[in-house]
Amino acid sequence: MDGQQTFWQAAWIARFALLNGLLATIELSLLSIAIGTIIGSLGGIALQYGAWPLRALLRIYVDTLRGIPVLVLILASYYGLSLAKIQISAFTAGVVALGGFCGAHVSETVRGALGSIPIGQTEAAKAIGLRPFQRLWYVIVPQALRRMVGPWVNTAVEMVKGSSLLAIIGVVELLLATKQVIARTSIVIPFYLVACLAYLLLNFAIAQAGALLERRFSYIKA
Amino acid sequence: MVYYFNFDPVWRGFGKLLDGLALGLEMAVVSLLAGTLIGIVCAHARLSSSALVRRAVWSYVEFIRNSPILLLIFFVYFGLPEVGIYSLDKYQSFVLTLSIYAGAYLTEVFRVGLVSVPVRYVEAAKAIGLRPFQRQIYVVFPVLFRIVLPSLSNNLISLFKDTSLATAIAVPELTFEAREINTYTFRVIETWLVASGLYLATCYAIAFALRLVERRYAVIR
Amino acid sequence: MHKRFGRTEVLKGVSLDIPRGEVLGIIGSSGSGKTTFLRCINLLEEYEVGTIELDGQAIGYRMIAGRRKRLRESEISDQRAEIGMVFQSFNLFPHMTVEQNIMLGLTKVRRMPSAAARTLAGAWLDRVGLTDKRDLYPYQLSGGQQQRVAIARAVAMEPKLMLLDEVTSALDPELVGEVLNVIRGLAHSGMTMLVVSHEMHFVRDIATRVVFMEGGRIAEEGPPGEILMRPRSARLVSFLNRFHGTGSQPAG
Repeated sequence: MDGQQTFWQAAWIARFALLNGLLATIELSLLSIAIGTIIGSLGGIALQYGAWPLRALLRIYVDTLRGIPVLVLILASYYGLSLAKIQISAFTAGVVALGGFCGAHVSETVRGALGSIPIGQTEAAKAIGLRPFQRLWYVIVPQALRRMVGPWVNTAVEMVKGSSLLAIIGVVELLLATKQVIARTSIVIPFYLVACLAYLLLNFAIAQAGALLERRFSYIKA
Repeated sequence: MVYYFNFDPVWRGFGKLLDGLALGLEMAVVSLLAGTLIGIVCAHARLSSSALVRRAVWSYVEFIRNSPILLLIFFVYFGLPEVGIYSLDKYQSFVLTLSIYAGAYLTEVFRVGLVSVPVRYVEAAKAIGLRPFQRQIYVVFPVLFRIVLPSLSNNLISLFKDTSLATAIAVPELTFEAREINTYTFRVIETWLVASGLYLATCYAIAFALRLVERRYAVIR
Repeated sequence: MHKRFGRTEVLKGVSLDIPRGEVLGIIGSSGSGKTTFLRCINLLEEYEVGTIELDGQAIGYRMIAGRRKRLRESEISDQRAEIGMVFQSFNLFPHMTVEQNIMLGLTKVRRMPSAAARTLAGAWLDRVGLTDKRDLYPYQLSGGQQQRVAIARAVAMEPKLMLLDEVTSALDPELVGEVLNVIRGLAHSGMTMLVVSHEMHFVRDIATRVVFMEGGRIAEEGPPGEILMRPRSARLVSFLNRFHGTGSQPAG
């Protein structure tokens, strides 16, 4: 049992541990991206069009969450939420932190995209009598969507990478699972490389999805 | 739920927090400098005539940018001893990783910057007979740095935030110290409020200082 | 149709009554307030003092117990549907075809079913001579064609009033004529219009009344023949002298 295993033997034995870790990473990433995108869409619209108290509040939210390291956010969420005696798992605390972080970034992206639409568009929409929501839905957002895809994909990739930080609070995602396997087998570099490859593939997939979205949204611009 | 705020344990440990902050800044600056060197070299490589060189650098950049930093940190810290390099301590290992990480991002920054240097400067330099290397140093670089200054400042701020990850290998920077205080005193909210505040303040300070530098230097006439 | 309006600063007390079917030309140098005035009418700009009434209905604000109160956004939007506007920079929606540009207001504001909207859009597209461009996107059209679509988009809503803000100023000279022809057609069919323009010949041609604005006020007012041929004020004289071929001479 203690002999020198080859990497391939060890990898085969550890396959479930690693795959579960990968699954956890995917789950974490998807959750935080989804939560962040929802928060960010609403936040971005509010930042661009809302009343000034709302905008001020959101500014504070966005600037704070973007100004502190993600890890600090995760640790604060983890320790803070367990303090509030909310029975919360490290997983959930991590999702809260990552989701909030993603939301801050997406808000900024959305706001930037909305703001980059020439004001003449809003005026023309007003001139034909469209109401505020109609203006957003039929005129502004379709044009803004195309400008949001790039930054959003970057944020999504950051979330996949960020999920690895949850290893520090004990969530068994891919990085921690890899570390555990390494601890068991003492085979270091190959397993790290495998983990690296997995992340690269995940991010590549996201980038491809983004390229597809961008093509789909490329309404011809004047 | 009632919570009694008690900042005393935090203030008592404030010195350690500041030490951690300083360490973090130091590591960020060193990584930025090392990363700049890597970045400039690689940016030139990206514009080289050899497709092999171009692709090699591109692979490096994409590899680093798509990998989680934490993974890279562990990879370097635990991986180097495996290939016989034992002489790096935690701090050096982390700075090495962060420099390589910075180098990848800065390669892109400098590549874009190099491409944006107005051609007429290079042509003028050629016209007065400067050799390629001299051209780069005396004519291109001053302009290049003014162009990339805003990106450099953004990168410095990001790097500073990334130094928080040194916690994972027990380097005593700000996040590590804050976590210590949190663990031993259970003053959760106070600790993290202060730690966050320190990070925010430092980031704003860096941004502000660099904006002043930008205003002075970043205009190309 | 009945309008009264007054404002300090940019617009220092402007007052106009415009009967139905009138084509009012508004001329003046930049900064005279003419574009601001136009944009206040459909509330693209806010104003401090004054009222606007369209066909007896107060636009934008309502007087409640002697105090002015801004109407709800939805009410203002409904009022804007009665006022059509064409912009200097066309402002067509780039992500929609020509036909869709015109149909948007019809289906979403007038609540027409899309078949009826398409027919109506087609009719107006025909009026401006662009039927074959129906499925193209704005970027595929020339400036003059885009502006004609913009006019069709505004007019298809069948507004009570049309506002035209320097609609030919952004066009290459050879494209101006096609747009002016369309506007002339509209004027002859009885549409009430406010036309801010630099095109003096055109203003003289179609306007029933001309207003010269200067420094936020109406400096001169009268039929086009009078104003443009026999200007009275010195400022109007110097203004007109910058445009060749108007044949203006100071009133003796």
